[in-house]
Amino acid sequence: MTAQTFQPIAPRPAPVQSEGLVAWIRINLFGDWLTSVLTLLIGGALLYLIPQFLGWALFRASWIPNFNACRVEGVGACWGVVTEKHRLILFGRYPFEEQWRPLLATVLMLGLLVASCTRALWRPALLVLWVAVLAVFFMLMLGGAFGLSKVETDRWGGLPLTILLASLSLVMAFPIALAVALGRRSNLPAIKTFCTIYVELIRGVPLISVLFMASFMFPLFMPQGFTIDVLIRVLVGITLFAAAYMAEVIRGGLQAIPKGQIEAAATLGLSYWQTQGKIVLPQALAMVVPSIMNNFISTFKDTSLVTIVSLYELTGALSLAINSDSDWRPFKIEGYLFIALIYFLFCFSMSRYSIWVEKQVNKGKVR
Amino acid sequence: MNPLAPPKKNNWSWRSQAFRGLIYQLFAIGLIVAAIWFLAHNTLLNMKVRGIQSGFDFLSGAAGFDIGESLYPFDSAQPYWQAFLVGLTNTLRVAILGIVLTTLLGTLLGVGRFSRNALVRGVCYAYVEFFRNVPVLLQLLMWYLLFTEALPAAADAWTLGPWFLSKGGLSFPIPLWASGHLWMLAGLVLGIVMAFTYRRWAIRQFEASGRLRSMFWTPLLISLGGAFLGWLAGGAPSTFDSPIRGEFAIEKGGSLTPEFLSVLLGLTVYTAAFVAEVVRSGIQSVARGQGEAAAALGLSPGQSMRLVTLPQALRVIIPPMTNQFLNLTKNSSLAVAIGYPDIVSITNTALNQTGRAVECIAIVMLVYLTTSLSTSLLMNWYNSHAAIKER
Repeated sequence: MTAQTFQPIAPRPAPVQSEGLVAWIRINLFGDWLTSVLTLLIGGALLYLIPQFLGWALFRASWIPNFNACRVEGVGACWGVVTEKHRLILFGRYPFEEQWRPLLATVLMLGLLVASCTRALWRPALLVLWVAVLAVFFMLMLGGAFGLSKVETDRWGGLPLTILLASLSLVMAFPIALAVALGRRSNLPAIKTFCTIYVELIRGVPLISVLFMASFMFPLFMPQGFTIDVLIRVLVGITLFAAAYMAEVIRGGLQAIPKGQIEAAATLGLSYWQTQGKIVLPQALAMVVPSIMNNFISTFKDTSLVTIVSLYELTGALSLAINSDSDWRPFKIEGYLFIALIYFLFCFSMSRYSIWVEKQVNKGKVR
Repeated sequence: MNPLAPPKKNNWSWRSQAFRGLIYQLFAIGLIVAAIWFLAHNTLLNMKVRGIQSGFDFLSGAAGFDIGESLYPFDSAQPYWQAFLVGLTNTLRVAILGIVLTTLLGTLLGVGRFSRNALVRGVCYAYVEFFRNVPVLLQLLMWYLLFTEALPAAADAWTLGPWFLSKGGLSFPIPLWASGHLWMLAGLVLGIVMAFTYRRWAIRQFEASGRLRSMFWTPLLISLGGAFLGWLAGGAPSTFDSPIRGEFAIEKGGSLTPEFLSVLLGLTVYTAAFVAEVVRSGIQSVARGQGEAAAALGLSPGQSMRLVTLPQALRVIIPPMTNQFLNLTKNSSLAVAIGYPDIVSITNTALNQTGRAVECIAIVMLVYLTTSLSTSLLMNWYNSHAAIKER
């Protein structure tokens, strides 16, 4: 019997490292042959396009407000159009020497919006702040008091108008949306029918037709000799439009509350308004805050449509600034990119904020 | 009196919930009727004072304006209702094409967010974030500017074979109709029938023997082969109406105007960003275990996506997707800003010419309401088929 010698099997290779930059690149960029091919194709395209774009937009761009400098061969983007026209783009037809007023009003309004998004400030005093800031906003913009010269609303324009339309219509839409959402879930058939018709009617037509209605038909609706400013009419149109969409969002939140809670509240003897106010709405509204933020983003973008009914908000003010000036007209695309960047910054930061709020709301549910 | 007996129900007291409900409803109805009466009264009075005529009789009068592009010939002597019809077909044309393209692009982008390639993921993410955060009107204006300023004039259009792209739009060859095409159509129909028969046979074979045959590529090949044979049998007609470089513009052939192209491209690119998000959240809603189980069964990542994940994700995807399709249709009304003659733009012209604001806006709203409601009905019907059948 031969003595069996111990024969160890060959050692297995150490597991492939799966952490660190090199491993990440290997897994995510060169995982298999298809991934590698895609990486090479897209990476190549990006390596070609990004330097081209950066060269056009930054390194070869002309920044000085002189249109002859932009017409030199080999010059990239002509940001001079923004340097030259930025006040007309940002403030529209507002009187030139008074433009510190819309600037201050915009800063105040933005401050208010940021404050409303800060958790530490979510208390009743915020409502007072809203009223105060809105009052100051209108006083600054409209003038006619405290030694400020009067500026009619048809000369308002640019960024202040965009921000005003978006935030004011949303604030006014909220109570309407709340009432309509409650109405759609009501047991009373007449009220339910009216709310349903309202929501479906508004959601079925484009905003532009609502705006046309506000600008062409609204004057016909009013009694003789009674005229309403076009800004107010458009504001009402956007508000009614935004309210229908927001009502659906709130209704989604109401539907998510289990029926047992409402039955329990009824057992405790709470009335309808007590049940809604103390039990249903606090939970439902907290749930839909992120969706309402999304509503705000789309309303913010939708304000660009008022340019079609001749209000010069950001998009309209750009056309106003550039179409009339044949020297700068060839560089309109740079102007478009400038305001696209403004819209993007606003909407992107709001969507980031909405994601943060969603996390805050769901904190209680994460185990 | 027995103290435990329930209080007598008094139906005509403020304490009765039913009675209160009735009062509230009567109050609401009264309020709304009063508001409608007030508005209608004012409108009629205003129209009388301003001398505005009302009624839809203007629809049969001559329109008196030309329309830049239409699917069928239209001239200014034709009545208003035909002009509205041209606008409607233009709206539907851009909406239907847009919906098809958006679905393709959006699904690709949404699925791309789950790619194993980090670059693909990054590009899809950047696309979505950029295009959904810029107003669609601004995007339409930018596309239109690009099409009308950045492209070369018709005289030195970009050419790719018989395709021409210039400020005048896109020109492309269209096949001239010949009787041989009828043969081709017949061949295609025959091929499709054969392909379906083959597919059913292949499925039966697979169920009986477990041997997997191609269920997609072979039937496709059979259908296309049928069409090709029919085309040969019809004498292989191959004359095309190709565009040619004229003195001032590209002539002949089929063509798409820059207005149409910018509306189509703008709406597609914008809505695709939203559709991508819808698809992404739909796929994320499918439980992780499903994909892992598919991998355990030996399905490739592509098969697992196509056969396991997507069919389940579809249930979550359909309702928000319907909303996006409706949004695209409604956003096509922004075409008025760049002069594409859609229904809103035609109505706007008609309104300015006739001054009948109420009637014109009513027509627009009716058109969009019909489109929206019929789309929702169709998608609800499809949704009820795709939804999980619960107890």
